[in-house]
Amino acid sequence: MANNNAIAVLETGAHFDMERIRADFPILNTKVEGKPLVYLDNAASSQMPQQVIDRLVYYQTAQHANINRAVHYLSEVATDEYEKARQKIQRFVNAREQREIIFTSGTTDSINLVMHGYGRQFIQAGDEIILTTLEHHSNIVPWQMLAKEKGAVIRVVPINDAGELDIESYEKLFNDRTKFVGLIHVSNALGTINPIKRMIDYAHQQDVPVLVDGAQAAPHIAVDMQALDCDFYVFSAHKLCGPTGIGMLYGKASVLEAMQPFKGGGDMIASVTFEETTYADIPHKFEAGTPPIAAAIGFGAAVDYLSSIGMEQIYAHESKLLHYATERISAIKGAKILGTAAQKTAVISFILDGIHPHDIGTILNQDGIAVRTGHHCAQPIMQRFNVPATSRASFAFYNDISEVDALIAGIRNVQNIFL
Amino acid sequence: MNTKSLYQEVILDHNRKPRNYGTLEHPSHQAVGHNPLCGDRLDISLQLENDQISCIAFHGESCAICKASASMMTAAVKGKTRTDAETLIQEFREMTLGELDLNHPHHLGRLTVFSGIRDLPTRVKCAILPWHTLHAALNALSSVSTEAENDPASSTSENASGNV
Repeated sequence: MANNNAIAVLETGAHFDMERIRADFPILNTKVEGKPLVYLDNAASSQMPQQVIDRLVYYQTAQHANINRAVHYLSEVATDEYEKARQKIQRFVNAREQREIIFTSGTTDSINLVMHGYGRQFIQAGDEIILTTLEHHSNIVPWQMLAKEKGAVIRVVPINDAGELDIESYEKLFNDRTKFVGLIHVSNALGTINPIKRMIDYAHQQDVPVLVDGAQAAPHIAVDMQALDCDFYVFSAHKLCGPTGIGMLYGKASVLEAMQPFKGGGDMIASVTFEETTYADIPHKFEAGTPPIAAAIGFGAAVDYLSSIGMEQIYAHESKLLHYATERISAIKGAKILGTAAQKTAVISFILDGIHPHDIGTILNQDGIAVRTGHHCAQPIMQRFNVPATSRASFAFYNDISEVDALIAGIRNVQNIFL
Repeated sequence: MNTKSLYQEVILDHNRKPRNYGTLEHPSHQAVGHNPLCGDRLDISLQLENDQISCIAFHGESCAICKASASMMTAAVKGKTRTDAETLIQEFREMTLGELDLNHPHHLGRLTVFSGIRDLPTRVKCAILPWHTLHAALNALSSVSTEAENDPASSTSENASGNV
């Protein structure tokens, strides 16, 4: 595949070469308590391949200057590479235009941008915002802040016992006061893949715009802005092998153009006097100040890396891990999986009878196994299942079957200590 | 540290069979402790008579470390004066933060099974929560949180002497 950065990437191909993929991730050689790291906390943050690390180093070594400013050589190179990264992300999500991709600091920042730039401008007292029980706190709290400020109302789509959205209830929530829908594509706590295409289409029939939180989807399944036709789509780079501190907001050009800027400052203006400021065109209108240039370029390298393996291949491999791990954990007496949706990514939230998740996490760590324990920033889901917390194993394409076996042995060890 | 040295039999035993588990009907003092990071919650109620803790009980939803710490704490402070209980709270805090030299005289006795927690910074709050809640009860504060200003593992409360 095309790679303008002269950085070696894997060839596109049907063969999923586990050994070669794992060799790309130097951190996987880490030993924890003398044991090989088994990294199963990918939903929190994924690891970075050497190709992306090298890209960051090369940028800082040979290409860095501030962007969009000077006429000198390095500034032109940096600006060019930064905009190339935007183009890579545009292609990765199949957006119609490059200017529809806004660099943000991550998913949370993207949602806050939409809340301030769209919500504060277009949502008024008495208006209703539809969210779902599966939302991460980052797609709840900004809307609550807006609702409080404006006197708007939040309506919530319930889930069934499998952790799937109740689509009939979703459709019934719409009325003529409904002005916005915030929808998580894939649940970070349960792994449920929501039928967002159908939900977006329904909202659009009522002329209601939709923001999709794709933080847990973009790293695992192919996402296509033109096919989905959502108004906003957001995700972070660090969950798909990129750096922290960078993410993206996709917005339809017409919607982004109608919005007010979120942050004011340099780079987002056309002209400034003390009487008046004219804003720059999109995407720059929403990128005030010097952005994390290296991180944006690293983000571009990360989507190149994922594309070189292929999102279909990634999904297929992770599905194998999901099914094997689900089968093995289900067979353990005293273990229960929360979230058994028909459509899932490789996220397994589980509880063990009589053992608190924090104790599970601490003991698994002793075997080198990294899982997340807690409420996963999704307390409404925990309340729905009436548990304070769960343990969550979340897989990436660089995990292999033997790591599922290590997790199973680790869980049995936890049970042995407590029985 | 080795997890086995933390999850020792004495801690597992107190987790399985917590002592003084429940509530007092007419306590003179009580408080609720929260750890919002994990959703844990602990209620402590006690009876103070002539400045002595004559009765104490706890209940709540928590991990093994927190529950065992609460169980052993209630056993340790029962019959003690308020001042002696506060000394234990202070010493336990210092031990879990790695600020207490266990070779010097102290009053912790078997509570030193929790000394290994200092090597697991993410779990220190679990062990301290009951103690901080007891401190709140004795000082008529109705509730405490591990993430608030009176965080047991931060240096802002009046009893605090260090940070994790």
